[in-house]
Amino acid sequence: MIQLEILDQVPPPLLALLIPTIGAFLIGLLGRWPNLREGATLLTAFTLFGVVTGIYTGIIDPGYWSAPAADFWTPTASTAPIVLVEMLPGIELSLKVEPLGMVYAMIASTLWILNSLYSIGYMRGNKEKHQTRFYICFALAIASVMGIAFSANMFSLFVFYELLSLTTYPLVAHKGTPHAVRSARTYLGLLVGTSVGLLLLGLIATWFITGDLTFKPGGVFTQVLADGTLTAPVLGLLFFLYMYGIGKAALMPIHRWLPAAMVAPTPVSALLHAVAVVKAGVFSVVKVIIYLFGTASLVSTASGEWLIYVAGASILIASCIALFQDNLKRRLAYSTVSQLSYITIAASMLSPMALMAAAMHIAAHAFGKITLFFAAGSIYTAAHKKNISELDGIGRRMPFTMGAFTIGTLSMIGVPPTAGFISKWYLVSGAWETGYDFVLVVIVCSTLLNAAYFLPIVYRAFFKPPPDDDHPHGEAPWPIVVAVCATAAGTVAMFFYPDVALELALQIQRGLP
Amino acid sequence: MIPFNELITDNLPALVVVLPLLGGLLATLVGRFAWLWSTIITGSVFLLTYTLFTAVQAGPGMRYEFGNWPYLWGIEYRIDLLNAFILLVVSGIAFIATIYAKLSVEDEIPADRHNFFYSVWLLAITGLLGITITGDAFNVYVLLEISSLTIYALIAMGKDRDPRALTASLRYLILGSVGASFILLGIGYLLMVTGTLNMADMHAQLMAMPEATQNRTILVAFAFLLVGLSLKMALFPLHTWLPKAYTYAPSAVTAMVAATATKVGVYMAFRFLFTIFGYKFTFVDMPSYHILIICAAVGIIITGLTAIRQTNAKKLLAYSSVGQIGYIVAGFALANPQGVAGSLVHIFNHAAMKGGMFMALGAVAYRVGGTNMKDLRGLGKRMPLTAGCITAGALGLIGFPMTAGFISKWYLVQGALAGGSWLLAFTILFGSLLAVIYSWKMIEAMYFREPEGKTAEATEAPYMLVLPTMALIGLSIYFGINAEFTAGTALKAAAALLPGGVQ
Repeated sequence: MIQLEILDQVPPPLLALLIPTIGAFLIGLLGRWPNLREGATLLTAFTLFGVVTGIYTGIIDPGYWSAPAADFWTPTASTAPIVLVEMLPGIELSLKVEPLGMVYAMIASTLWILNSLYSIGYMRGNKEKHQTRFYICFALAIASVMGIAFSANMFSLFVFYELLSLTTYPLVAHKGTPHAVRSARTYLGLLVGTSVGLLLLGLIATWFITGDLTFKPGGVFTQVLADGTLTAPVLGLLFFLYMYGIGKAALMPIHRWLPAAMVAPTPVSALLHAVAVVKAGVFSVVKVIIYLFGTASLVSTASGEWLIYVAGASILIASCIALFQDNLKRRLAYSTVSQLSYITIAASMLSPMALMAAAMHIAAHAFGKITLFFAAGSIYTAAHKKNISELDGIGRRMPFTMGAFTIGTLSMIGVPPTAGFISKWYLVSGAWETGYDFVLVVIVCSTLLNAAYFLPIVYRAFFKPPPDDDHPHGEAPWPIVVAVCATAAGTVAMFFYPDVALELALQIQRGLP
Repeated sequence: MIPFNELITDNLPALVVVLPLLGGLLATLVGRFAWLWSTIITGSVFLLTYTLFTAVQAGPGMRYEFGNWPYLWGIEYRIDLLNAFILLVVSGIAFIATIYAKLSVEDEIPADRHNFFYSVWLLAITGLLGITITGDAFNVYVLLEISSLTIYALIAMGKDRDPRALTASLRYLILGSVGASFILLGIGYLLMVTGTLNMADMHAQLMAMPEATQNRTILVAFAFLLVGLSLKMALFPLHTWLPKAYTYAPSAVTAMVAATATKVGVYMAFRFLFTIFGYKFTFVDMPSYHILIICAAVGIIITGLTAIRQTNAKKLLAYSSVGQIGYIVAGFALANPQGVAGSLVHIFNHAAMKGGMFMALGAVAYRVGGTNMKDLRGLGKRMPLTAGCITAGALGLIGFPMTAGFISKWYLVQGALAGGSWLLAFTILFGSLLAVIYSWKMIEAMYFREPEGKTAEATEAPYMLVLPTMALIGLSIYFGINAEFTAGTALKAAAALLPGGVQ
């Protein structure tokens, strides 16, 4: 097998980047034969999953809970960054595996398989046009996601972050209707606007001040802070530029792109705007806080505290808006805005326990929210309904879909036995540990709000009689049902077996100086 | 008897100007081979400038005394890294644009004028190269007039003798002549004070004057030159000649002029402000920093906003060009190594991107007949390569990472930070945001609208148009991924410029 030998030569993180890219080419070539094309998508998704799992098992010591396993930060040949290109001296595109990125890559690659299956059911069920472009852009978006997950420095992260905005734009504008094109404009405008206007400025300023953009425990600012070339207010300004520059984290008031993106076909909303794109945002936030700024630098200058209050406000305001949305996808979108700020608020508390909560919630929210979106798309495909007020009694017609929806709902609220409970547990512990009563208040209020805007949907679906004029319909096509049940099962499974995410989260903790 | 080889190598700098000059004159005589002739000439000039560049890159500067007159009396050519780089850019773009010109000119200009077209075309290139290579201030003016007059003529040849092209050309003629006479006056006053026309000697004389900043004549000369140069490089608010001139000129002319003419204007500003007046006079004693930065920053924003409102893609790009001149001016006005390097590197990067984009629009005009937004609709399917080039160029204008535009922004923002101006840094990036908006109008039209009218039947443009376009856009991508060459050269040239004086 000559081909496979060549693959062995390629470092695995690069392989993770290349496989979806090659997959996109294949999909393009097979565009005329839909079955082959979808086969290529699935094959790529499975291969990618294999590669990412390979990276995971290759670096994690099989003995979970044991003493420090693979140390990501000790400079050895195997942990050295893989340099792809050097644009300018010191400015390079390079990849490196570290535990937080591993969490993100694992989730994205796992859910891509289910999402591909789901896409096939959805795109065919709704007879969407331009399906080849859709699958190509999807694969390219996943390639960008892998790039973000394995970026070794801030510059690489920025490049892949921008590529992700660009490759998802055609997916949002997919329908090509004036409404879709307008929403896509909002989407791109806000994401690229914040990243070019604020994040890039912060990035260049960081390089200007420190001459170093590498992610490393403790961050790049310790030296310049110690010798006085960087003052606390400037560090605070930089922190502001990064936090608002990462528009994908949807911190209020730059969250509007996320509801706008809901115009896209549901698989896009599900994988990209519940998992890949928004998680790219919060992942970048957490990564920047831990590995670029360094918790110690932020604590010593007290420049990060405002983020707790802004994120807290985001959580509550977004939840309140969600209460009044009748369009199901929009309600989910606002719920996402609020859930993303959970991760931001956890990271901004800067304590080891809270950082674990941030990493765990990246995983937990991903499974829960993709289930909810899958269910929404399933309803749209089978019943052509978009609004919550039309969902009376739909649980009887679509028991699997709505059962999965209920599980997703429970995870959002944080009820056991679902994944959401675990991350909320760590979040509360972190808030307790650091003594931020404000965070505790926010968590309590938001849990109530979550229940208030999700449970009525469940109640409506199962306990209200269907309207008389309802046209009869059953469940959605089988690929959709399989996918939605699988993610719901994943949400529950993560409660019972959180080991993988937990082990990686512990690794992050151990890496802290 | 001097061996031929030696004759060439000894007179290399002179040949850069003499070859296209003679070529231009002879182009009227070569019959229907005018295009081939021009391609050969521009190709050879490119090789000459490349040789010069490598020579200058390795050693110190190069000096050449025309007719062996000592430099204080005769005309002297001086080549350092700065103008060797600009020469390389101008001749390279001119070569690619000449290849591109063949079909475009056949399409847009009556056959009986082709010889005149190429003759004037080569003379314009002669002027641009001459301004860049000479070390004599008056010589700059002479060659400036050669290039300006020929460019007025080229613009007036707009498609089907479009009356709008004629008025655009006339407007450029009037404003351009005002600019040129201001420059002439400035040079004249300098001659009065220093008694010399040689740039290096002028600088030495000015340095020797202890109260140069008190001397009215010098101050007036400085003011005239600053305004005249700003007009020539189309710095906001003296840019009003540019948008229409670019819009209605023949496609090949727009591509060539947009990529080179204003850039040579910027080069003149470098020479006058840094080499003749010197860093201290221009940026410490005079308020040039504030004047230039404010014009540049306001220009970036206002022309960006104006570009958004355009319905003709060519005009949109023309306004964008004025904004890009703002970046270049802001960079060198900062007068620190990163800023000047950013400015220099952007001269090349913008020339490649914008030249390529104008060529792509020329290809659209060739197939569809116009460059309005509605002509671009659905082009992504009909003319994928051309549309791809426009998209890649647009990403460059935005400053997307992995394009040359990013490298420029990288240095310019660092220059602004080094100058302590967060506001300017933010303005530069805000300009990128405006670029996102106006570029996206084109991208949306090309990929998310259904074609109508002639676009619906259009097929990909011929390779003679597409390949030169792809070459320029390809360069802008290549130098975005591996910027060692451009950025390294720019940094070295900037470092040599800042202490002041010709090396």
